[in-house]
Amino acid sequence: MSLPSHHPGDTLLIDYAGGALCEGASLVVATHMAFCPCCRRMVGEMEAVGGALLDDLEPDSVSPDCLDALLARIDRDESLRPPPCRPALQPPAPQRPAHTPTTAARPIIPEPLRGYLGGGLEGKRWRFLQPGMAVIDLRTGSSAVTRLVRMKGGVAAPQHTHGDIELTVVLEGGFSDELGSFQPGDIAIGDPSIEHRPVADPEGCLCLSATIGGLRLTGPIGRILNRFMDF
Amino acid sequence: MADTAPSLEDLLVAVGREQDRLAFGALFGHFAPRLKTYLRRLGCESGAAEELVQEVMLLVWRRAETYDPAQASASTWVFTIARNKRVDSLRREQRPEIDPSDPALVPEADEPADRRVEARQSNDRLRAALKDLPPEQAELLRMAYFEDKPHSVISAEHGIPLGTVKSRLRLAMDRLRKALRDVA
Repeated sequence: MSLPSHHPGDTLLIDYAGGALCEGASLVVATHMAFCPCCRRMVGEMEAVGGALLDDLEPDSVSPDCLDALLARIDRDESLRPPPCRPALQPPAPQRPAHTPTTAARPIIPEPLRGYLGGGLEGKRWRFLQPGMAVIDLRTGSSAVTRLVRMKGGVAAPQHTHGDIELTVVLEGGFSDELGSFQPGDIAIGDPSIEHRPVADPEGCLCLSATIGGLRLTGPIGRILNRFMDF
Repeated sequence: MADTAPSLEDLLVAVGREQDRLAFGALFGHFAPRLKTYLRRLGCESGAAEELVQEVMLLVWRRAETYDPAQASASTWVFTIARNKRVDSLRREQRPEIDPSDPALVPEADEPADRRVEARQSNDRLRAALKDLPPEQAELLRMAYFEDKPHSVISAEHGIPLGTVKSRLRLAMDRLRKALRDVA
Protein backbone atom coordinates (compact mmCIF):
# COMPACT_ATOMS: atom_id res chain seq x y z
CA MET A 1 0.00 0.00 0.00
CA SER A 2 1.33 3.44 -0.82
CA LEU A 3 1.84 5.85 2.05
CA PRO A 4 -0.69 8.64 2.68
CA SER A 5 -0.22 11.99 0.97
CA HIS A 6 -2.63 14.10 3.07
CA HIS A 7 -1.41 14.54 6.67
CA PRO A 8 -2.76 16.25 9.82
CA GLY A 9 0.17 18.70 9.95
CA ASP A 10 2.18 20.01 12.89
CA THR A 11 -0.51 21.92 14.77
CA LEU A 12 -3.07 19.12 14.81
CA LEU A 13 -0.40 16.58 15.75
CA ILE A 14 0.72 18.84 18.62
CA ASP A 15 -2.91 18.99 19.83
CA TYR A 16 -2.94 15.19 19.74
CA ALA A 17 0.49 14.66 21.34
CA GLY A 18 -0.22 17.19 24.10
CA GLY A 19 -3.60 15.64 24.85
CA ALA A 20 -5.75 18.70 24.04
CA LEU A 21 -7.59 17.06 21.14
CA CYS A 22 -10.93 15.50 22.06
CA GLU A 23 -11.40 11.74 21.91
CA GLY A 24 -13.23 11.60 18.56
CA ALA A 25 -10.67 13.75 16.73
CA SER A 26 -7.85 11.84 18.45
CA LEU A 27 -9.31 8.60 17.12
CA VAL A 28 -9.16 9.94 13.56
CA VAL A 29 -5.57 11.16 14.02
CA ALA A 30 -4.49 7.84 15.60
CA THR A 31 -6.12 5.92 12.74
CA HIS A 32 -4.18 8.02 10.25
CA MET A 33 -1.01 7.24 12.22
CA ALA A 34 -1.63 3.52 11.77
CA PHE A 35 -1.27 4.19 8.02
CA CYS A 36 1.55 6.72 8.33
CA PRO A 37 5.00 5.92 9.79
CA CYS A 38 6.07 9.52 9.20
CA CYS A 39 3.36 10.97 11.46
CA ARG A 40 4.07 8.27 14.06
CA ARG A 41 7.62 9.53 14.21
CA MET A 42 6.48 13.16 14.43
CA VAL A 43 4.16 12.37 17.35
CA GLY A 44 7.02 10.55 19.09
CA GLU A 45 9.08 13.73 18.75
CA MET A 46 6.23 15.88 20.01
CA GLU A 47 5.91 13.63 23.04
CA ALA A 48 9.62 14.18 23.64
CA VAL A 49 8.85 17.91 23.60
CA GLY A 50 6.14 17.24 26.20
CA GLY A 51 8.70 15.40 28.32
CA ALA A 52 11.19 18.26 28.08
CA LEU A 53 8.48 20.83 28.93
CA LEU A 54 7.46 18.72 31.94
CA ASP A 55 11.08 18.65 33.11
CA ASP A 56 11.31 22.43 32.83
CA LEU A 57 8.23 23.08 34.98
CA GLU A 58 8.74 24.84 38.29
CA PRO A 59 8.41 22.07 40.93
CA ASP A 60 5.48 22.46 43.35
CA SER A 61 5.81 21.19 46.92
CA VAL A 62 4.32 17.77 47.48
CA SER A 63 3.31 16.85 51.03
CA PRO A 64 5.95 14.67 52.71
CA ASP A 65 3.65 11.73 53.35
CA CYS A 66 2.60 11.44 49.71
CA LEU A 67 5.46 9.06 48.84
CA ASP A 68 4.92 6.99 52.02
CA ALA A 69 1.22 6.64 51.27
CA LEU A 70 2.07 5.54 47.74
CA LEU A 71 4.65 2.99 48.90
CA ALA A 72 2.14 1.58 51.39
CA ARG A 73 -0.32 1.24 48.53
CA ILE A 74 2.29 -0.52 46.43
CA ASP A 75 2.95 -2.92 49.34
CA ARG A 76 -0.73 -3.78 49.54
CA ASP A 77 -0.75 -4.22 45.78
CA GLU A 78 2.20 -6.59 45.83
CA SER A 79 0.78 -8.71 48.62
CA LEU A 80 -2.37 -9.22 46.57
CA ARG A 81 -0.42 -10.16 43.49
CA PRO A 82 0.01 -13.86 42.76
CA PRO A 83 3.58 -15.11 43.29
CA PRO A 84 5.89 -14.02 40.47
CA CYS A 85 5.11 -15.98 37.37
CA ARG A 86 5.99 -13.05 35.23
CA PRO A 87 7.92 -13.96 32.08
CA ALA A 88 11.69 -13.72 32.22
CA LEU A 89 13.60 -10.98 30.43
CA GLN A 90 12.41 -11.90 26.95
CA PRO A 91 8.63 -12.00 26.70
CA PRO A 92 7.48 -14.15 23.80
CA ALA A 93 6.87 -12.17 20.64
CA PRO A 94 3.19 -11.54 20.00
CA GLN A 95 1.73 -14.29 17.85
CA ARG A 96 1.02 -13.08 14.37
CA PRO A 97 -0.86 -15.01 11.76
CA ALA A 98 1.60 -16.94 9.58
CA HIS A 99 0.60 -14.92 6.56
CA THR A 100 -1.34 -11.73 7.06
CA PRO A 101 -4.34 -11.88 4.77
CA THR A 102 -4.10 -8.75 2.67
CA THR A 103 -6.90 -9.10 0.18
CA ALA A 104 -9.30 -11.42 1.99
CA ALA A 105 -9.77 -9.39 5.14
CA ARG A 106 -10.63 -6.07 3.52
CA PRO A 107 -11.12 -3.48 4.69
CA ILE A 108 -8.18 -3.26 7.04
CA ILE A 109 -9.31 -1.76 10.34
CA PRO A 110 -6.28 -0.93 12.48
CA GLU A 111 -6.16 -0.26 16.21
CA PRO A 112 -7.37 1.79 17.99
CA LEU A 113 -10.41 1.90 15.68
CA ARG A 114 -10.79 -1.90 15.75
CA GLY A 115 -11.27 -1.74 19.51
CA TYR A 116 -13.98 0.93 19.17
CA LEU A 117 -15.80 -1.38 16.78
CA GLY A 118 -15.47 -4.34 19.11
CA GLY A 119 -13.20 -6.20 16.69
CA GLY A 120 -14.36 -5.36 13.19
CA LEU A 121 -17.26 -4.62 10.90
CA GLU A 122 -18.90 -8.03 10.91
CA GLY A 123 -22.47 -7.95 12.15
CA LYS A 124 -22.49 -4.19 12.62
CA ARG A 125 -25.73 -2.41 11.91
CA TRP A 126 -25.48 0.52 9.49
CA ARG A 127 -27.82 3.47 9.85
CA PHE A 128 -29.28 4.94 6.65
CA LEU A 129 -28.36 8.59 6.07
CA GLN A 130 -29.26 9.19 2.44
CA PRO A 131 -29.42 6.94 -0.62
CA GLY A 132 -26.02 5.26 -1.02
CA MET A 133 -24.75 6.56 2.31
CA ALA A 134 -24.85 4.82 5.70
CA VAL A 135 -23.09 5.30 9.04
CA ILE A 136 -22.15 3.55 12.26
CA ASP A 137 -22.02 5.89 15.24
CA LEU A 138 -19.13 5.45 17.66
CA ARG A 139 -19.01 6.46 21.32
CA THR A 140 -16.20 8.96 21.84
CA GLY A 141 -17.14 11.44 24.55
CA SER A 142 -19.37 14.45 24.09
CA SER A 143 -17.20 16.90 22.13
CA ALA A 144 -17.41 15.27 18.73
CA VAL A 145 -19.79 13.25 16.59
CA THR A 146 -17.71 10.30 15.47
CA ARG A 147 -18.88 7.83 12.88
CA LEU A 148 -17.85 5.37 10.26
CA VAL A 149 -19.27 6.45 6.90
CA ARG A 150 -19.86 4.20 3.90
CA MET A 151 -20.64 5.67 0.50
CA LYS A 152 -21.42 3.83 -2.69
CA GLY A 153 -19.38 4.63 -5.80
CA GLY A 154 -20.23 8.06 -7.26
CA VAL A 155 -22.45 9.10 -4.36
CA ALA A 156 -22.02 12.68 -3.20
CA ALA A 157 -22.38 13.92 0.36
CA PRO A 158 -24.43 17.12 0.57
CA GLN A 159 -22.46 20.32 0.11
CA HIS A 160 -21.61 21.66 3.55
CA THR A 161 -19.39 23.81 5.72
CA HIS A 162 -18.27 23.32 9.32
CA GLY A 163 -19.04 24.86 12.71
CA ASP A 164 -15.53 24.05 13.91
CA ILE A 165 -13.50 21.20 12.47
CA GLU A 166 -14.27 17.95 10.71
CA LEU A 167 -11.55 15.31 10.43
CA THR A 168 -11.97 12.42 8.03
CA VAL A 169 -9.62 9.52 7.38
CA VAL A 170 -10.17 7.13 4.47
CA LEU A 171 -10.06 3.41 5.29
CA GLU A 172 -10.96 1.93 1.93
CA GLY A 173 -11.73 3.26 -1.54
CA GLY A 174 -11.58 7.02 -1.69
CA PHE A 175 -13.33 10.34 -2.31
CA SER A 176 -12.64 13.64 -3.98
CA ASP A 177 -13.73 17.16 -3.23
CA GLU A 178 -12.67 20.75 -3.89
CA LEU A 179 -9.47 20.14 -1.90
CA GLY A 180 -8.19 17.03 -3.61
CA SER A 181 -8.41 13.30 -3.89
CA PHE A 182 -8.26 11.19 -0.73
CA GLN A 183 -7.08 7.58 -0.63
CA PRO A 184 -6.68 5.07 2.24
CA GLY A 185 -4.79 6.63 5.15
CA ASP A 186 -5.28 10.19 3.88
CA ILE A 187 -6.76 12.68 6.32
CA ALA A 188 -9.06 15.52 5.20
CA ILE A 189 -9.51 18.57 7.41
CA GLY A 190 -12.61 20.72 7.10
CA ASP A 191 -13.04 24.02 8.95
CA PRO A 192 -15.41 27.02 8.81
CA SER A 193 -13.48 28.47 5.85
CA ILE A 194 -14.04 25.36 3.75
CA GLU A 195 -17.17 24.50 1.82
CA HIS A 196 -17.09 21.18 0.03
CA ARG A 197 -19.06 18.38 -1.54
CA PRO A 198 -17.20 15.07 -1.21
CA VAL A 199 -17.93 12.52 -3.96
CA ALA A 200 -17.05 8.85 -3.50
CA ASP A 201 -14.67 7.26 -6.03
CA PRO A 202 -16.20 4.67 -8.40
CA GLU A 203 -15.20 1.79 -6.07
CA GLY A 204 -16.99 3.49 -3.15
CA CYS A 205 -15.56 4.82 0.08
CA LEU A 206 -15.30 3.77 3.70
CA CYS A 207 -14.06 6.45 6.08
CA LEU A 208 -14.02 7.52 9.70
CA SER A 209 -15.00 11.07 10.54
CA ALA A 210 -15.17 13.19 13.67
CA THR A 211 -17.11 16.45 13.60
CA ILE A 212 -16.70 19.14 16.25
CA GLY A 213 -19.17 22.00 16.19
CA GLY A 214 -21.54 20.41 13.69
CA LEU A 215 -22.00 20.77 9.95
CA ARG A 216 -24.07 23.27 8.02
CA LEU A 217 -25.52 22.20 4.69
CA THR A 218 -25.04 24.92 2.11
CA GLY A 219 -26.56 23.60 -1.10
CA PRO A 220 -29.96 24.99 -2.24
CA ILE A 221 -31.86 21.99 -0.85
CA GLY A 222 -29.44 21.47 2.01
CA ARG A 223 -30.31 24.87 3.46
CA ILE A 224 -33.83 23.63 3.98
CA LEU A 225 -32.77 20.13 5.04
CA ASN A 226 -30.52 21.63 7.76
CA ARG A 227 -33.53 22.04 9.98
CA PHE A 228 -34.67 18.47 9.68
CA MET A 229 -31.68 16.26 9.17
CA ASP A 230 -28.93 14.98 11.37
CA PHE A 231 -25.88 15.15 9.12
CA MET B 1 30.81 18.36 38.68
CA ALA B 2 30.13 14.86 39.96
CA ASP B 3 28.57 12.82 37.20
CA THR B 4 28.12 9.62 39.16
CA ALA B 5 24.46 10.08 40.05
CA PRO B 6 22.29 7.61 38.12
CA SER B 7 20.22 9.16 35.35
CA LEU B 8 16.41 9.15 35.47
CA GLU B 9 16.55 6.48 32.77
CA ASP B 10 18.82 4.27 34.94
CA LEU B 11 16.42 4.71 37.86
CA LEU B 12 13.40 3.80 35.78
CA VAL B 13 15.12 0.69 34.41
CA ALA B 14 16.05 -0.33 37.98
CA VAL B 15 12.41 -0.01 39.03
CA GLY B 16 11.35 -2.13 36.07
CA ARG B 17 13.95 -4.86 36.52
CA GLU B 18 14.26 -5.12 40.28
CA GLN B 19 11.30 -3.26 41.77
CA ASP B 20 13.97 -1.03 43.32
CA ARG B 21 12.18 1.16 45.88
CA LEU B 22 15.10 3.47 46.44
CA ALA B 23 15.23 4.18 42.72
CA PHE B 24 11.47 4.71 42.76
CA GLY B 25 11.81 7.17 45.63
CA ALA B 26 14.37 9.15 43.64
CA LEU B 27 12.09 9.16 40.57
CA PHE B 28 9.23 10.34 42.76
CA GLY B 29 11.44 13.13 44.13
CA HIS B 30 12.09 14.36 40.61
CA PHE B 31 8.75 13.85 38.92
CA ALA B 32 6.06 14.25 41.60
CA PRO B 33 6.63 18.02 42.17
CA ARG B 34 6.66 18.63 38.38
CA LEU B 35 3.59 16.48 37.81
CA LYS B 36 1.82 18.47 40.49
CA THR B 37 2.60 21.71 38.66
CA TYR B 38 1.46 20.11 35.40
CA LEU B 39 -1.88 19.07 36.91
CA ARG B 40 -2.42 22.40 38.64
CA ARG B 41 -1.87 24.21 35.36
CA LEU B 42 -4.60 21.99 33.97
CA GLY B 43 -6.96 23.24 36.67
CA CYS B 44 -6.60 20.75 39.54
CA GLU B 45 -6.88 21.93 43.15
CA SER B 46 -3.79 21.20 45.24
CA GLY B 47 -5.29 18.17 47.02
CA ALA B 48 -6.77 16.64 43.89
CA ALA B 49 -3.49 17.25 42.08
CA GLU B 50 -1.57 15.25 44.71
CA GLU B 51 -4.02 12.39 44.48
CA LEU B 52 -3.60 12.32 40.75
CA VAL B 53 0.19 12.53 41.10
CA GLN B 54 -0.04 9.37 43.21
CA GLU B 55 -2.11 7.66 40.53
CA VAL B 56 0.39 8.60 37.83
CA MET B 57 3.37 7.44 39.90
CA LEU B 58 1.57 4.18 40.68
CA LEU B 59 1.27 3.58 36.93
CA VAL B 60 4.97 4.41 36.58
CA TRP B 61 5.72 1.70 39.16
CA ARG B 62 3.46 -0.86 37.51
CA ARG B 63 4.54 -0.24 33.94
CA ALA B 64 8.27 0.37 34.51
CA GLU B 65 8.96 -3.14 33.14
CA THR B 66 7.80 -2.01 29.70
CA TYR B 67 10.06 1.06 29.61
CA ASP B 68 12.68 0.96 26.84
CA PRO B 69 15.41 3.61 27.17
CA ALA B 70 16.22 3.33 23.45
CA GLN B 71 12.70 4.51 22.59
CA ALA B 72 12.17 7.47 24.90
CA SER B 73 13.72 9.45 27.71
CA ALA B 74 12.27 8.88 31.18
CA SER B 75 10.63 12.33 31.09
CA THR B 76 8.96 11.60 27.75
CA TRP B 77 7.68 8.27 29.02
CA VAL B 78 6.33 9.77 32.26
CA PHE B 79 4.77 12.64 30.30
CA THR B 80 2.74 10.24 28.13
CA ILE B 81 1.50 8.35 31.21
CA ALA B 82 0.51 11.60 32.94
CA ARG B 83 -1.19 12.93 29.80
CA ASN B 84 -3.28 9.79 29.35
CA LYS B 85 -4.18 9.65 33.02
CA ARG B 86 -5.36 13.26 33.12
CA VAL B 87 -7.42 12.88 29.94
CA ASP B 88 -9.05 9.89 31.62
CA SER B 89 -9.54 11.48 35.07
CA LEU B 90 -10.15 15.15 34.32
CA ARG B 91 -11.96 14.90 30.99
CA ARG B 92 -13.48 11.43 31.40
CA GLU B 93 -12.44 10.43 27.91
CA GLN B 94 -10.38 7.62 26.53
CA ARG B 95 -7.09 8.27 24.83
CA PRO B 96 -7.03 6.52 21.42
CA GLU B 97 -3.53 5.31 20.55
CA ILE B 98 -2.03 3.01 17.96
CA ASP B 99 -0.88 -0.42 19.03
CA PRO B 100 2.79 -0.74 17.98
CA SER B 101 2.41 -4.53 17.66
CA ASP B 102 -0.73 -4.36 15.48
CA PRO B 103 -0.12 -6.37 12.26
CA ALA B 104 -2.41 -3.89 10.48
CA LEU B 105 0.09 -1.08 11.11
CA VAL B 106 1.65 0.14 7.85
CA PRO B 107 5.38 -0.41 8.42
CA GLU B 108 8.15 2.09 7.90
CA ALA B 109 9.83 1.67 4.50
CA ASP B 110 13.31 1.59 5.97
CA GLU B 111 14.53 2.44 9.43
CA PRO B 112 17.67 4.56 9.16
CA ALA B 113 20.33 3.12 11.42
CA ASP B 114 21.14 6.44 13.07
CA ARG B 115 17.51 7.01 14.07
CA ARG B 116 17.97 5.21 17.35
CA VAL B 117 20.40 7.61 18.90
CA GLU B 118 20.20 7.51 22.65
CA ALA B 119 16.95 9.18 23.57
CA ARG B 120 18.78 10.77 26.45
CA GLN B 121 21.32 12.57 24.28
CA SER B 122 18.72 13.92 21.93
CA ASN B 123 16.75 14.99 24.99
CA ASP B 124 19.65 17.16 26.15
CA ARG B 125 19.78 18.83 22.74
CA LEU B 126 16.02 19.28 22.84
CA ARG B 127 16.10 21.05 26.19
CA ALA B 128 18.83 23.38 24.98
CA ALA B 129 16.77 24.18 21.86
CA LEU B 130 13.68 24.85 24.02
CA LYS B 131 15.63 27.48 25.99
CA ASP B 132 16.64 29.17 22.71
CA LEU B 133 13.11 29.47 21.32
CA PRO B 134 11.79 33.01 20.84
CA PRO B 135 9.55 33.77 23.86
CA GLU B 136 6.33 34.04 21.84
CA GLN B 137 6.90 30.57 20.38
CA ALA B 138 7.82 29.02 23.73
CA GLU B 139 4.76 30.59 25.34
CA LEU B 140 2.39 29.13 22.74
CA LEU B 141 4.03 25.74 23.00
CA ARG B 142 3.44 25.70 26.77
CA MET B 143 -0.20 26.65 26.27
CA ALA B 144 -0.61 23.85 23.73
CA TYR B 145 0.75 21.24 26.14
CA PHE B 146 -0.53 22.54 29.46
CA GLU B 147 -3.97 24.09 28.89
CA ASP B 148 -6.02 21.24 27.43
CA LYS B 149 -7.07 23.50 24.58
CA PRO B 150 -6.59 22.78 20.89
CA HIS B 151 -4.79 25.51 18.97
CA SER B 152 -8.01 26.89 17.49
CA VAL B 153 -9.35 27.58 21.00
CA ILE B 154 -6.04 29.11 22.11
CA SER B 155 -6.30 31.43 19.12
CA ALA B 156 -9.85 32.50 19.97
CA GLU B 157 -9.30 32.91 23.72
CA HIS B 158 -6.05 34.83 23.49
CA GLY B 159 -7.04 36.92 20.50
CA ILE B 160 -4.09 35.68 18.45
CA PRO B 161 -5.00 35.13 14.80
CA LEU B 162 -5.23 31.42 13.93
CA GLY B 163 -2.59 31.80 11.20
CA THR B 164 -0.16 33.30 13.72
CA VAL B 165 -0.78 30.50 16.23
CA LYS B 166 -0.16 27.90 13.54
CA SER B 167 2.97 29.50 12.14
CA ARG B 168 4.50 30.02 15.60
CA LEU B 169 3.87 26.41 16.58
CA ARG B 170 5.28 25.22 13.25
CA LEU B 171 8.39 27.36 13.57
CA ALA B 172 8.93 26.13 17.12
CA MET B 173 8.46 22.51 16.08
CA ASP B 174 10.85 22.93 13.11
CA ARG B 175 13.61 24.05 15.43
CA LEU B 176 12.96 21.38 18.03
CA ARG B 177 12.80 18.66 15.39
CA LYS B 178 16.14 19.79 14.04
CA ALA B 179 17.61 19.52 17.53
CA LEU B 180 16.16 16.04 17.97
CA ARG B 181 17.22 14.73 14.57
CA ASP B 182 20.61 16.34 14.07
CA VAL B 183 23.47 14.29 15.33
CA ALA B 184 25.87 17.20 15.48
